[in-house]
Amino acid sequence: MSATAPPMGSNFTPHAGAAKPPPTPSIWAIAGRLSRTQYWAFAALGLILPFAVWALLSASGWIDPVFMPGPGSVFARLGTWLMEDDLIADTGISVYRVLAGFALSAAFALPIGLLIGAFRPVEALLEPLTDFIRYMPAVAFIPLVMLWFGIEESAKIAIIFIGTFFQMVLMVAENVRLVPTAQIEAAQTMGATRDEIVRLVLLQSAKPAILDTLRITMGWAWTYLVVAELVASNSGLGYAILKAQRFLKTDTIFGGIILIGVIGLLMDQAFRWLHRRAFPYMHFKR
Amino acid sequence: MQSIAPQVPSPKAEIRRLGKVFSGAAAGTPAALQDIDLSIEDNEFITLVGASGCGKSTLLRILAGLEHHTSGEVICNGRPVSGPGAERAMVFQHYSLYPWLTVMENIKFSRTLQVNRENLTSSDVEAASGRAEALLNLIGLAKVAKSYPSQLSGGMQQRVAIARALMGRPQVLLMDEPFGALDAQTREVMHDLILHIHRIEKTTIVFVTHDVDEAIYLGQRVVLMEPRPGRIHSIYPVPLPARRQQDMKHGAPFRELKAEILKHIRESSGMATDLDLLERISQQGQSL
Repeated sequence: MSATAPPMGSNFTPHAGAAKPPPTPSIWAIAGRLSRTQYWAFAALGLILPFAVWALLSASGWIDPVFMPGPGSVFARLGTWLMEDDLIADTGISVYRVLAGFALSAAFALPIGLLIGAFRPVEALLEPLTDFIRYMPAVAFIPLVMLWFGIEESAKIAIIFIGTFFQMVLMVAENVRLVPTAQIEAAQTMGATRDEIVRLVLLQSAKPAILDTLRITMGWAWTYLVVAELVASNSGLGYAILKAQRFLKTDTIFGGIILIGVIGLLMDQAFRWLHRRAFPYMHFKR
Repeated sequence: MQSIAPQVPSPKAEIRRLGKVFSGAAAGTPAALQDIDLSIEDNEFITLVGASGCGKSTLLRILAGLEHHTSGEVICNGRPVSGPGAERAMVFQHYSLYPWLTVMENIKFSRTLQVNRENLTSSDVEAASGRAEALLNLIGLAKVAKSYPSQLSGGMQQRVAIARALMGRPQVLLMDEPFGALDAQTREVMHDLILHIHRIEKTTIVFVTHDVDEAIYLGQRVVLMEPRPGRIHSIYPVPLPARRQQDMKHGAPFRELKAEILKHIRESSGMATDLDLLERISQQGQSL
């Protein structure tokens, strides 16, 4: 504050040998701090270590490559899958299914969740029901879905929808309920109508949390995609994994799983990027 | 917007034999509010103070229309209060600013609502911008117009909340412990600021606090409430010059009123510390 004021006790002279900087707190302190470089170093270590262990294990020859091929052969397989087989098509159809099922789910879950979060009667009407259905395992619906939709694209999308929709509704409703009461009441005392409060306060205030909900449910959409492709499909990454198992092509199984992981990670990062772009006010450093 | 001027100067807001029982309260629970009579004059600065549970915040929220009373009546500007409205803007303790809007957009929020509803001319919009600028200068935050609330200190955030509430020129400004979360130094600055705003804007202010110093320093009248059931104990006119200065807190009139009010609060809260008893207990402890 007072930059011009002399420091307290300006006649204070440091000890001759006291040039030692104060000790930096340990990074292992509870809720301690990491510099950016340290963070990325640990993150890289966490990613590289399993690969290194995997490479060592397979190079040691202890494990039959039929059960666990090395990273080299898996990446080679991914390469030939890309060049000679139809990796792009398999990935494309899987991504399409995830996005379609996810978008359909979001299209219904967002307005319904908003209404449940905003209005008590809607909450009483729909939330217990949604909670009930949520506990029914989506996988158990597969026979029913196949009966209704066959093994068309709509079947896969329906399974992803069943797996994500009910969770998404409840999470969005909770996001809306967590809007601070003072924000709502301030709008009321400024003369906002009910409709304005929903549009200009509840929705705007809950948006960042809703985007996080979408990011999390996107992960579940991938899980249900693979489930759907394992049982009711003849294309896609899940199907490729299943087919590889029949022919004991373990490298393809590994490659497919890793690829799904990478795509999931990329989508997650895309959501995080979108969050920083759309809600800059949540990312200021104080 | 000027309504027909009444012949007799009537109070800005009037509360008559008001009572409130919370629905679902256990049988035998004292009323949250009972037999409240209070009349608030135009351009008055009135403070409500009392032990926790005395219903001061509930009374304010009823005035705002955010809670419903169960008996009696509340009249503001000649009309019975039946729900929240723009003529009774409220400033909350915290978390009421919109973090996704800049300081300027927050202040203009009530204007945004009107723009949605009415066909405003460009001169209306210009006038609103001028008003927002003036308020921003009044609270001394012109430099941070484009900042977001999360970038401001707690005191600055409350200034913005005050400006936002004033934007629609409310008949009554209701303040619910608005400085309760601020540190002592910031509070004092805010006290002088709100008094300045009261002079400039000529707003009627109803201010709830648990801080007796704050209640006396700000109020022209201090309403002392007591709990179980929530009711008005007495209403004290503050014997201080209209233009308050911090050093008045050390003068006799201030200290005497403060002592009087504090005594009642201690008694009514049932929390008065019996120092003799404490002394005896600690002596016994030593002898054990």
